[in-house]
Amino acid sequence: MSITTEEVKTITLTINGQRVSPKIGVTVLEAAQGAGIYIPTLCHHPSLPPYGGCRMCIVEIEGMRGFPTACTTPAEDKMVIKTDTSQLQELRRNILELILTEHPHTCLICDRKEQCKPYHICIQKVAVTTGCIMCPKNGRCELQKVVDYVGLKEVSLPYTYRELPILRDSPFFDRDYNLCILCGRCVRVCQEVRGAGAIAFTYRGSKALVGTAFDYTLQDAGCQFCGACVDTCPTGALVERSIKWEGKPEYIVTTTCPYCGVGCQLNLEVKKGRIISSVPALDGIPNRGQACVKGRFGITEFVHHPQRLTTPLIKQDGRFVEASWGEALNLVAEKLQRYKGEQFALISSAKITNEENYLAQKFTRAVMGTNNVDHCARLCHAPSIAALEQAFGSAAMTNPITEIGDTACAFVIGSNTTSGHPVIALEVKRAISKGARLIVANPREIKMCQWADVWLQHLPGSDVALLMGMMRVIMDEGLADLAFIEGHCENFDAFRESLKDFDLDFVEKVTSVHKANIEKAARLYATQKPATIIYAAGITQHVHGTDNVFAIANLAMLTGNIGKPSSGVNPLGGQNNLQGACDMGVLPNVYTGYQDFDNLDVQKKFEAAWGTKLSSVPGLTLPEMLDAVYKGDIKSIYLIGENPVLSEADASHVEEILKKLEFLVAQDIFLSESAQLAHVVLPAASFTEKDGTFTNTERRVQRIRKAIEPIGNSKPDWWIICEIAKRMGASGFDFGHPSEIMQEITRLDPHYSGITYQRLEKVGLQWPCPDEENPGTPVLHAGTFVRGKGRFTPLGYKLPAELPDKDYPLILTTGRSLYHYHTGTITRKVLGLNALEPEGVVEINPADARQLNIDDGDLVKVISRRGQVTTRAKVTNACLPAVVYMNFHFAESSANILTNPALDPVSKIPGFKVCAVRIEKE
Amino acid sequence: MFITKLVEIFNEYKGEKGAVIPILQKVQDKLGYLSQEVISEIAKFSRMSETEVFGVASFYAQFRFTRCGDHVIRVCLGTACHVSGGERILDEVTRELGVSPGETTEDYKFSLERVACLGCCALAPVMVVDKTVYTKMKLPKVRGVLQTYGENK
Repeated sequence: MSITTEEVKTITLTINGQRVSPKIGVTVLEAAQGAGIYIPTLCHHPSLPPYGGCRMCIVEIEGMRGFPTACTTPAEDKMVIKTDTSQLQELRRNILELILTEHPHTCLICDRKEQCKPYHICIQKVAVTTGCIMCPKNGRCELQKVVDYVGLKEVSLPYTYRELPILRDSPFFDRDYNLCILCGRCVRVCQEVRGAGAIAFTYRGSKALVGTAFDYTLQDAGCQFCGACVDTCPTGALVERSIKWEGKPEYIVTTTCPYCGVGCQLNLEVKKGRIISSVPALDGIPNRGQACVKGRFGITEFVHHPQRLTTPLIKQDGRFVEASWGEALNLVAEKLQRYKGEQFALISSAKITNEENYLAQKFTRAVMGTNNVDHCARLCHAPSIAALEQAFGSAAMTNPITEIGDTACAFVIGSNTTSGHPVIALEVKRAISKGARLIVANPREIKMCQWADVWLQHLPGSDVALLMGMMRVIMDEGLADLAFIEGHCENFDAFRESLKDFDLDFVEKVTSVHKANIEKAARLYATQKPATIIYAAGITQHVHGTDNVFAIANLAMLTGNIGKPSSGVNPLGGQNNLQGACDMGVLPNVYTGYQDFDNLDVQKKFEAAWGTKLSSVPGLTLPEMLDAVYKGDIKSIYLIGENPVLSEADASHVEEILKKLEFLVAQDIFLSESAQLAHVVLPAASFTEKDGTFTNTERRVQRIRKAIEPIGNSKPDWWIICEIAKRMGASGFDFGHPSEIMQEITRLDPHYSGITYQRLEKVGLQWPCPDEENPGTPVLHAGTFVRGKGRFTPLGYKLPAELPDKDYPLILTTGRSLYHYHTGTITRKVLGLNALEPEGVVEINPADARQLNIDDGDLVKVISRRGQVTTRAKVTNACLPAVVYMNFHFAESSANILTNPALDPVSKIPGFKVCAVRIEKE
Repeated sequence: MFITKLVEIFNEYKGEKGAVIPILQKVQDKLGYLSQEVISEIAKFSRMSETEVFGVASFYAQFRFTRCGDHVIRVCLGTACHVSGGERILDEVTRELGVSPGETTEDYKFSLERVACLGCCALAPVMVVDKTVYTKMKLPKVRGVLQTYGENK
C-alpha cells in the first residue's frame, strides 16, 4: 500500500496582531482556538455544528459590518480579526447580563468568592440555594469562565428565579432547569447527533424551557440515557447524580469501553482511588465524543460493586472457602497437571485483553498440550470468520466505523444497531442526515425502521432467500458491476446458476416480504454508491449462519461495493474484544493471527517460539467441548470470564454438563452462574485495574490503561495465567507487564507486527499493520482481495432447524437490549440500568395475544422442546404474527433455556435466532 | 376514530418534507386541539420524535394541547378595559365558572381566556363569547351572558 500524504492547504490571517495559518475551511473560532487564542463561547460545542446563538463569540473583522460571530464565520485568507477590544467586551458583558437575569449568579460575580468556603453563612447564599460555590458544577462551569474573561462584576438587571422543581426522572442525572441558560446544546446533541429527540425547546419567550412533550418522563419521551446532554451542558443544569457533589476528579485516564465491539474511547475520572465517572473522550476515534448508556453510566458501579470477587475461593464440601493466592494457584497447578492433553479445555473470553487471550491459548497449547481452546465468538461471529475467510480472505469489518457516516446507502440486516451498537447507529444517522438511503431488514420493528427508506420485515431464518432475491433483481435488471466481478472475483458462473432457484414469487413466499419492497431495496443498494452492509448476530446465529454471511459477501461483490471507502461488509462484534480474541488464536483450529494449525510450517514456527512440542490433534469448538464433557472425554475446564450457563443454547443442559466436571476453574470478576459451579474461583481485576489492548470490531487495536489498583485481592488475568503456568513448570510465562506480552505477539502475528504500545498512545491502529512505519489499514481488500480473488458462493435455500408446528406454533427469536449486556453479569448490577429495564419480557403480536387471551403485562409461560421460562408478555406490533421475541440477558427468564442447540455445520454456531415455542397464560 | 381523520390529512402531505406546521394546523382544525395521541401519530408520520413535534407546536400560540370548551370566553384586559374595570369582570367570570384564565370547565362547556385588546376600546370593558361581543360590561350582566350559553357551574 502506498502512503500519500495529502497536501494540507492553509490560509493566513491575523488575529489580535498574531499571524495564524489554519487549514482551509475552518471557522474563525477554530482558527483562533488552533492558535491558542481564547474566544468566549456558550452555545458552541465541538461535537455540534455551529449555531451562533449565544453571541458571546462576536469579533471584529476588518471590512465586515457589525460584529460577526466567530463560530459561524468561515475564516478567509488575509482576514484581520480582533477578539478582545473594549467595545467587544462591553457588548459581551451586556449580553451576558441578560443571560444572567435567569441564572443564579451570586457564584459568578460575588466579590467575596475567593474567600468563600462550604458552610460559610452568607446572605447571598440564603436567597437562592443554587448559587455560590455550592453549585455542583463549581470549577467546571463554562459560565464562570466566560464571566471571568469578560470581567463582569455586577448584574444591574433584576434576577428572576424560575422556581422549577429539580427533575429526577433519570436514574443517572438530575435536571435543574433553574440553572439552564438555553444555549440549546443538549437539545441539539439529542436531536442532531443522537437522533433521539427526547428533549426540545418548548414554548417560547420568557416561558421557553428545555423539556419533553407534555412533560413526559425522559424514558417515555424516548431518551436513551446516553448522557450526551449532560456532557454538553455548560452549566450545572444537567449533572450526573453520582458525582454531583464530588467536585473535580484528581486525574483522568483514557481507556477503551469494555462493553460492545465499537471500542469507544472513554475518560475515566478518578478520585481517592475510585472511578467516579466515565465520560466519552471528545476527540476519541471511533466514537467522536459519544458513548451509550452502558459506557457512560454503567461502569463505575460494577467496578466498585460490593459483590466483586476479592479473594480466591476453593470449594470444600460444597461450599466456597476463602483462600490465599498461593493456596489457590498451587491447587490449580497441581490439579491441572493431571488433566494435560485432550481431557482439558479452556474457554476464554472476548472481554479480556489481547495479551491475556494470547496467554490463554498459549497456556492451552504449550502447557496443557491440546488445541481445545475457544471462546464466545463461537456463539456470535464464527460464521463470519468461516465465510468471510473463504470469500475475501479476511474475517473482519472491511471498513472503519467513522466511514459509515459518508456512505450513500446503508443496508442494516440482522442488527438492532441502536441497541446493540449504539455509537455505530450514530454514524448511520450521520449518513442519513447527509442524504444517504437506509435499508433495514429485520423481522422485528426496531428504532432504525423509523429512518429507513425500505424496511424488509422478513421471517426469522429467511435471510438467504431475501438476499438472493435482491441479487436476482440486481442481475435481472442489469445493475450488477460486471467489470468489477470480471476483474476481481471468481466462481461467478456457479453463483449465477444458483440464483435461478430464487424467483421473486418463491422469495416472497418464504420471506413474507412483498416483492415490490425487495425490488426497491435491491435497486437502492445497487445504485446508491458507495453502499455499506452492516450486520450482526441476526445474520450469524442461525443453523445456516455461514450461508447467510456468504450471501452478504456475494451481494457486496455483485455490486462492487467492497474495497472502497464507506462500502464493504461490516460484521459488528458483540464483545469489546471479540476481534482481538479471534486474532490471538483463541480458536481451536488456528494459531495466533489465523495461522492454520494443520500447516506444518506454522506449527514448527510456534513450537520454536514457545520452545515445546505442540499437539496436532484438532481442537474442539465450544459446543463440542460441552458435548465431550457430557460424554466424559473432557474432565477439566478452565473458564475465563465466560458464563456458558446463560449464554449457551439449551442452557439448563449446560448447567448439568458443568456439574459433571472433575475440576472446573473459574476466573471472573463476579461469581457468575457458571462460576458458582467451579471448584476453584480466581478473582480477576477489571479493565480499569490493568493495562492492555482490546481490538474493536473495525480491527482497531486500542489501549486500556490502568486507572486504579485492583479491587481487594483481585489480580489481572494475565498475571494469574502466568502464575499457574509457572507453577506447572512451564517456561515462557515470565512477563512483568502486558507490553512485554504484546512484543511476543507482534513477533508471531504478521497482522500485528507493527504495533507497539507507544504507537497506540494517541489513537488505535487498524490491522493489518505489518511494520512500524505502516499506518494501519482502514479499508480491507482495496485494489485486490486479501485472498487474491473474491470468491462467489452458490447458495440454496435451507429451512431453519426447527419449524413451528401444531404443538409449538410460534417462532421465537432473540436479541439484546440497549440497557443490558450479554448475560447481565455486569449490567444487572448497575441499579440505574436495572431501573430502566428491570426484567425480561416476551414480545408478542396483538393478533396472537388475542387468540391466547393474553393482555399486556400478563405473566406467561414460554415453552420450547428444551424447557420453559416464565416472563411477562408485551403485546406489540413490533413483531410479526406468529413471531415472538425475547432478550437473553435475564437469568430468571433466560431465553437460552428455550433455544435450540442445533449447530451450523460449518461454523458450529447454535441457531439462537430461530426456535419453535408455544405460549401459555400463567 | 380520530385516526381516520388523521390519515386523511396525512395523505395530503405524503412524501413532503417540512410539512409539520400545516399538518398541525389542519389537525387542530379538524379535532379542536392536539392531544398526546395526536402528537404521537403526527410524530410517527413525520419521522420525528414526539418531543420535537411538541417543541414546534408549543412555540406557536395558535396550538392548543387540551380540549377546548364548547364556548370560548375572552375577557379583555387591554388598557381601556383595564381602567374601566375589566379585571373585575374577569374575576366575576372566574368565580361563576370556577376556572382560571387558560382553563376549561370540567363539563367542557366553557374555556376562559384573557386577551390584551379586541380593538373596540370605546365600548370597554368588553368580553367576547365565541364570536359575539358583549360591550360596556357590568358585574351583574356576567351571569346573564353566561346563562344564554347554557348552565353555568
